[in-house]
Amino acid sequence: MSWRLPRRTGAFFTKRRLDRELEEELAAHLEFAVEENLECGLPFEEARRLALISMGGIEQAKQKHREVRGLMTLDIFVQDLKYTLRTLNRDRVFAMVAILILALGIGANVAVFSVVNTLLLRPLPFPDAQELVWIAPPPTKCGLSCATYSTDAYDEFRVGSRSYQDVTGYFAFSSPDNLSLNLGGAPIPATSIDVIANFFQVLGVHPAMGRFFTADDARDNAAPTILLTDAWWRRQFAADPNIVGKTFDMNGRQTTVIGVLPASFDFGAVFSPGSKVDAITPLDLYGPPRDWGNIITFIGRMKPGVTLAQARQDAARVAPSMCWNNKYPRSCGSYKDEVVPVPLKDYVSGRLRRSLVVLWSAVGMILLIACVNLSNLLLARATARQKEFAMRTALGASRSRIVGQLLTESLVLSCAGAVLGLGLAYLLVFWLAHQGAIALPLLSTLRIDGAALGWTIFIAVSAGVLFGLIPGLRMAGGNLHESLKDSSQGAGHSRKHERLRSMLVVTEVALACVLLVGAGLLLRSFVRVLDVDLGFQPDRAAAVKMDYNDSAATNDASVAKRTVIFQQAITRVEAIPGVQAAGISDYLPLGRNRSWGIPLPKGVPRRQGLIAGPLVYVITPGYLRAMGTRIRGRDFSWDDGPHGTHVVIVNQSYANFLAGLAKWPNGDAIGQVLDDGGQGGLTIIGVADDVHEENTEGDTGWQIYYPAMQANPTSAQLVIRSSLPPAALANSVLTALRELNPKQPAAEFRPIQSLVDHANSPRRFFMLLVASFAGLGLFLAALGIYGVISYSVTRQTQEIGIRMALGATMGRVQRQVLGSTLRLAIVGIALGAAASIAAAKLIASLLFATSPWDVATYAAMAGTLLAVASIAGYLPARRASRIDPMVALRAN
Amino acid sequence: MSKLDLLQGTLDVMVLKTLAAMGSLHGYGIARRIEQVSGNQVLLNQGTIYASLVRLEQRGWIASNWGVSGNNRKAKFYSITRAGRRQLAEDARYWERLTGVMDRVLTMDSEGGEEPA
Repeated sequence: MSWRLPRRTGAFFTKRRLDRELEEELAAHLEFAVEENLECGLPFEEARRLALISMGGIEQAKQKHREVRGLMTLDIFVQDLKYTLRTLNRDRVFAMVAILILALGIGANVAVFSVVNTLLLRPLPFPDAQELVWIAPPPTKCGLSCATYSTDAYDEFRVGSRSYQDVTGYFAFSSPDNLSLNLGGAPIPATSIDVIANFFQVLGVHPAMGRFFTADDARDNAAPTILLTDAWWRRQFAADPNIVGKTFDMNGRQTTVIGVLPASFDFGAVFSPGSKVDAITPLDLYGPPRDWGNIITFIGRMKPGVTLAQARQDAARVAPSMCWNNKYPRSCGSYKDEVVPVPLKDYVSGRLRRSLVVLWSAVGMILLIACVNLSNLLLARATARQKEFAMRTALGASRSRIVGQLLTESLVLSCAGAVLGLGLAYLLVFWLAHQGAIALPLLSTLRIDGAALGWTIFIAVSAGVLFGLIPGLRMAGGNLHESLKDSSQGAGHSRKHERLRSMLVVTEVALACVLLVGAGLLLRSFVRVLDVDLGFQPDRAAAVKMDYNDSAATNDASVAKRTVIFQQAITRVEAIPGVQAAGISDYLPLGRNRSWGIPLPKGVPRRQGLIAGPLVYVITPGYLRAMGTRIRGRDFSWDDGPHGTHVVIVNQSYANFLAGLAKWPNGDAIGQVLDDGGQGGLTIIGVADDVHEENTEGDTGWQIYYPAMQANPTSAQLVIRSSLPPAALANSVLTALRELNPKQPAAEFRPIQSLVDHANSPRRFFMLLVASFAGLGLFLAALGIYGVISYSVTRQTQEIGIRMALGATMGRVQRQVLGSTLRLAIVGIALGAAASIAAAKLIASLLFATSPWDVATYAAMAGTLLAVASIAGYLPARRASRIDPMVALRAN
Repeated sequence: MSKLDLLQGTLDVMVLKTLAAMGSLHGYGIARRIEQVSGNQVLLNQGTIYASLVRLEQRGWIASNWGVSGNNRKAKFYSITRAGRRQLAEDARYWERLTGVMDRVLTMDSEGGEEPA
């Protein structure tokens, strides 16, 4: 019994041989019968006649034989398929248009599905990724310093917690190009991240070559070791298979390469979207970092079976015993309520969920529009083929056969569209995966995988059924008699079709309208974001990381050395023609940042629990001018030396806060003194504009600027403002720096605008995608309108001819056709606008300074749709008005 | 009296039984044999027997091979397999029960019900 299906399938493929055998068998059968009859004494003719009668219908016998032995439905399907390919081949333009429309719809869907799958659905690229948690305090305004922990806190948490297999972390303050590889020529800049030695063990990553860090590598005074990323190993070291064990001069120390990371591990893609990391180095937990304060981000791996709630409870239990620094018992307990694990996946891509859902809905709508369009095209085609179907019905084709035939056609179209669409999606995904500048996580791991293929098949089949079913049922339900009789084009049947087609067009316009509104709102938000006063002027400014060595026996000597280096460099660079201002800061806005506690006005009592201090920037004179940040009061001068009055510049928000706290006269901060725990305090000499330091969209926090002559910077970013495009100065600036310091690496010359673009890149990315989908939707809707109006003009040729013969003018005919076009468009727009208003909540959280019911956007969208509809209707209208009454009346 | 239409499934049983009783036979032989045994009472389009044969063969209840008939004609000969014999026994029991039931139902007394046994 179980063998029947395979045998039947076999029979399907050996049809010809089986048919021949049956033929022979039947022939033998006939001969036996004739022979027997002859033996009874009948004449040959009669014997043959009787034999044929007793055999019954031979054709029926064959048919029945085929039905029993093979797969009848498959047979029919193959028949339908052949027929479909023949008819589509005859109607190539239709087929091409249909396949193209579908390819666009399906391609967009598959590409977006891949993005959604990578960012939201698929687990992170680590084994048992659901066990991984990101441990951080709830978000605050003091930047990374309030999102990280100290090394003492790390130790306490690791020892005290019970729900975690292990806890690891990395140094959150590494700046780009912090590594300088010296191979002889100019030093090569690279970026490395310091991680706690057990980092890869916790993540479950295995080395492609060599080994990972051990506790010994992270010990004080351990020999320097480094792990290369796959990309850097290939780019910089020509994929040297014997790299492990070799040593190189990095940052002036002989560093041993102990391994190469697998290609699948991309630190930037997971933890620092849109930036590239070339190497990983061990973090020395018990050396100087011990006194650096909050520097480590926590990543934990929960024990199997531990729930997130349990992990949270555990963290909350340990938090009060964690100390900021064990040397200061008063700092113990400062992390209370500040140790909260969230699934690592949520940390990485949780914020993007809403954007992705909107994106997914947008492509879904595109597919719907494509389906409606196809339905419309098929319906028009089916109307033209009405007689063919009527004839087939008359010849005995059942209704299901006709629906089946039409469904086969739509499935063939959608499958062809899917194949082409998959190609498009592949290109799009490939392109996206190589957009390193977009600050979206996991983008580099984007690819078309099995799930995407499955999704393609799913949407191809459902699209095929969706757009094939309406015309199919409509055709099969028709009145046979009427269709056969109906020779003129003005019959009632076609009128019914037209109503259906009009409804489809209205749907299409409404969907396109929703897409346009969404895109319009996002576009408006994006423009508003670009308009935000960032507190600095990004255009015509650029930054380059400057190498310097200020190591000296005492801090004073070090400061003096540094001051000379900085002043020389700035003087030299400012002398370059075209440079208007230059200055140095250790951190740039929209990048990494840190805070150093909270300096309060002298005399104001220090309150407990207030740890969210201002972000700290250590700068030189000229930096704020180079950035284009306005200052009230004065900028630092080179005379603000280590032994002079200690001075600071604060931003407006912090100044307001301090003024409110200390009740300064006129609320003016300039000239006031802050308590920094030292002798003289910090005198505020200037108040700077609020700078967007973490993102371009949110509120700005507190900022404080220290002069590099009095405080210690962690690195130096030389910022230049020029009258020329900054890139034109790159060479002369680097040459100047290298004359002063031969160790200066060929660091990247980064326009400040690129920092802003980087911060805006996710919004730009989503806006561009939704806008291009809206454009596509608009185009498809226009196509739909054109199709319907054009068809109805053709159908009414005679009627228009008569009206023109009776004196209707060309203008009147045109107006009438245009009128019916606009009617469709207006109904569609009204429905679409209503749907958009209803759906506004979905998109509201993605908007910036834009109401989801923004009147201007809605008006612009309606105007655009109406204009496009008019164009789509104008072409057939013009044709209608050019109808020659004589020709029209003679036709038919 | 007009000829009997064959009930669904009966032809397969007849073919199996014929082959069980007669050994190896070609399609025409089977058809003629069924007609003779039935006393020419069944309406058999002889052609339909081939659909039955292919179905039985696909199920593995009969086997076939090409051979030469008594009067030197090439023909396909069918024979019953062991699985076919098992199936036949099963089918035969089923038909016996069914005819028994039909008998009893049709001879049911119109006045009283069936008496308790």
